[in-house]
Amino acid sequence: MFQLTNAAICPAQLRERFQDPQAGAMVIFEGRVRNHNAGQAVRSLEYQAYPGMAQKEGQKILHAAKTKFALLDAFCVHAEGHLNIGDIAIWIITTAVHRRDAYLASEYIIDTVKKTVPIWKREHYLLGDPSWVACHHCQGPDHAKTF
Amino acid sequence: MKIKVQYYANLREQAGRNEELVELAQTPANAADLYQHLLQKYPFTLAEEQLKVAINEEYSAFTTSLKDGDTVVFIPPVAGG
Repeated sequence: MFQLTNAAICPAQLRERFQDPQAGAMVIFEGRVRNHNAGQAVRSLEYQAYPGMAQKEGQKILHAAKTKFALLDAFCVHAEGHLNIGDIAIWIITTAVHRRDAYLASEYIIDTVKKTVPIWKREHYLLGDPSWVACHHCQGPDHAKTF
Repeated sequence: MKIKVQYYANLREQAGRNEELVELAQTPANAADLYQHLLQKYPFTLAEEQLKVAINEEYSAFTTSLKDGDTVVFIPPVAGG
């Protein structure tokens, strides 16, 4: 399941939902707000989503992950609104019988979310005006480009 | 034909609105025609090549013909995660 939330993401509560006696592996990825990007000191972030489509695209990614990898379950929640340094922006859990599929699926999910889910990030800096961060292609030279 | 256009991220700031109903006199018209029409109204700094387009919540080609009542969102470079 893919979710968007305006509330703080609480990993301890979430992980309890994915207890499974068949699961020999549980991989959790937490994407957190860091205090710098592209040489600038970041004070906070703001995420804006196109909710209906973000939900659909997120679901497609989780469905594809379950098709590509031998998973027992996969879940992803992404934050919307204003976040401070250290807050969790995205939380992904994958469970599998063995670790390899859980690891690979986790990486596939975060990489694909960054490319296709319509969510935008506005960085607020310690110095200077806020700006929307462009991250169309997370690999390569355009990664940290702002406009 | 009337198209519902929603704006996000810097397109929202530059349009000064979240959404609107756009009346297109030109028919047939595709998503690229719609963006050209909007460029006449707003100081958008993103070129069509920097955008993707979603029609009724599905990624689509800019050459897709629009229908009356479609919802169109031009997608600036995304940055989730």
